[in-house]
Amino acid sequence: MVPQSGSAEGQSPSAGGVGVSPTTSRAGGWEQGRPAKQVTKNNSMQRYIIIRLFQAVLALIGVSIIVFTLVRITGSPIDVLAPADATEEDLRRVAALWGFDKPLWEQYVLFVGNALQLDFGPSIKFQGQSAMSLIGNAIPNSLQLAGFAMFVSVVMAVPIGVISAVKKGTPIDMIGKLVALLGQSLPPFWLGIVLIWIFSVNLGWLPVSGKGGFTHIILPGVALGWFSVAAFMRLTRSAMLNVLDSEYVKFARIKGTPEWRVVWKHALKNAAIPPLTLFGIIAGIMVTGVVTLETVFAWPGIGQLALTSVNARDYSVVQGLVILISAMFITINLVVDILYAYIDPRVRYGGGRG
Amino acid sequence: MAVATSPAAIARIPGLRVVGLVWTLLRRYPVIPVAVLLIVLVIPALFAELIAPHDPIDGNLRARLLPPAWTDGGDWSYPLGSDRQGRDILSRMIFGARTAALVSLAALAVGGIIGSVLGLVAGYFGSWWDHIIMRLVDINLSLPLILLALVLVVLFEPGTATTVAVVALLLWSRYARQVRAEVLTLKEMDFVARARVAGASNLRIIFRHILPNVFNTIIVLATLQVGNVILLEASLSFLGAGIPPPDPAWGVMVAEGRDFIVTSWWLSVIPGLAIMFTVLSMNLLGDWLRDYLDPRLRQL
Repeated sequence: MVPQSGSAEGQSPSAGGVGVSPTTSRAGGWEQGRPAKQVTKNNSMQRYIIIRLFQAVLALIGVSIIVFTLVRITGSPIDVLAPADATEEDLRRVAALWGFDKPLWEQYVLFVGNALQLDFGPSIKFQGQSAMSLIGNAIPNSLQLAGFAMFVSVVMAVPIGVISAVKKGTPIDMIGKLVALLGQSLPPFWLGIVLIWIFSVNLGWLPVSGKGGFTHIILPGVALGWFSVAAFMRLTRSAMLNVLDSEYVKFARIKGTPEWRVVWKHALKNAAIPPLTLFGIIAGIMVTGVVTLETVFAWPGIGQLALTSVNARDYSVVQGLVILISAMFITINLVVDILYAYIDPRVRYGGGRG
Repeated sequence: MAVATSPAAIARIPGLRVVGLVWTLLRRYPVIPVAVLLIVLVIPALFAELIAPHDPIDGNLRARLLPPAWTDGGDWSYPLGSDRQGRDILSRMIFGARTAALVSLAALAVGGIIGSVLGLVAGYFGSWWDHIIMRLVDINLSLPLILLALVLVVLFEPGTATTVAVVALLLWSRYARQVRAEVLTLKEMDFVARARVAGASNLRIIFRHILPNVFNTIIVLATLQVGNVILLEASLSFLGAGIPPPDPAWGVMVAEGRDFIVTSWWLSVIPGLAIMFTVLSMNLLGDWLRDYLDPRLRQL
């Protein structure tokens, strides 16, 4: 195990970083550490996948109910839809057109049926466009930004984590930790503004905002990515410390393999598994960051769309966004959990999983 | 590696000595983050009326957009400069500290209590309670809460209470999960069985026997989260979904200064620095408290 080392191992206290990661669930204690039952690998894996799938579907249903109710208690959308001088008759016609005159359960069934076909109705603000087409246009932009941020984050975190682990306890280790901790303490939206101030306004190297060539994505990507560096780096570091202590690394050293090869090839390959599970948590952090940073950089993604839709009470778009993002989270966490269970059999026997 | 950790090794790299020293000091004496916090957050929050040189909301229009006092054109009666409406940045920062402290403490209390109680119930009673509560946790974790927060703010009047409620909504599931996991092991222990034999009711067992044993976890979680809660409040206020504008909040100040970054950098940069120092010292304090109270909690 990890020897008495600093203290910052493990998960970071990240914003919304309350992940469905198996690493958290293992806090249940020692009992999960040993296989409780003698079940063959195949069976336990199947059982685990079925249970997790079932839980994922339940969560999706819950999300749809919450979204459905929230939008309906936010005030009648008819008032937004109809012009101010509409008569009673007009209002009734609008209600019938949008299906607001049916009983609630019928509206819900209709809503779920349509949602399954990715149909969230026409946008209320942008006349003539469907909510889905707006969301569909925004999602690739946000994914591009989040993907680049993730890349920045990994490129920064993995070398820092590996070097910190190899040089454990030295000032280099401490600088690494400070850089990571600092990133976690900076509000991403503020970092974005400061980066614009330095690199766009004063130095004039990069564009201020908007979406265009590669140069446009650098600033928002760095501002968004830096926040997750701490989490990735800590996990890489503690995973590396574990691996560097293992027999096969010692063997590789005894064999006379050059040190850089031992560290960057043999050890890192196996230390890469635990950070994988962080993916689900990071996805959660990214959405919060994406929403604020897209407003800072006028990036035409889901964050901007969400903000304009909420302000315009464009419910169809808001509904669609919340449901699609939730479905994405649920899928990511499902895949991560299953992958993790595949890699680490203890998770399957745990039962302690929430 | 053992050689490298010796002070002599650190001394050999002169440039790194200072960093190492600072880090060691921070680790060994968590008083430093506490002191920073006291200076930046707690004292201003408590004595805002006494310390603040100007009114945080009513500005002096003749003193608009003054730069910080140490720069050209600065005025020492506005040490950190003034904004578009002639309001003193320092005074707004001081009252903003109160907002940050109030919102984060209240949200942590509400979210922490609800989450802990649910975690206790789920862990102790098991079966249906456990299933229902844990599915609620799943749902909570899969919702894009920042979007929901935006919707909620349209639904209710924006203000301190709404912000607290929204942030608490984002926090509770973490406690529920962690407390439940601990209760699962605790409830199998002898002292719980003995309390039951002695005739203690379920409520008594939960609150008198189990709760004190998970208290450390709750405190550590709360400390580790303060920094994030402050960041969250700032993000919400920045988006216009937190504290409503004329009221002083750091996130609002950053947002208001955003359009003036070219001409008046101090409007955004200074409040952001306050957020950064507060969150950084809170994170350091949380790390230290975790190791001090219970090193097993490292993975929190």
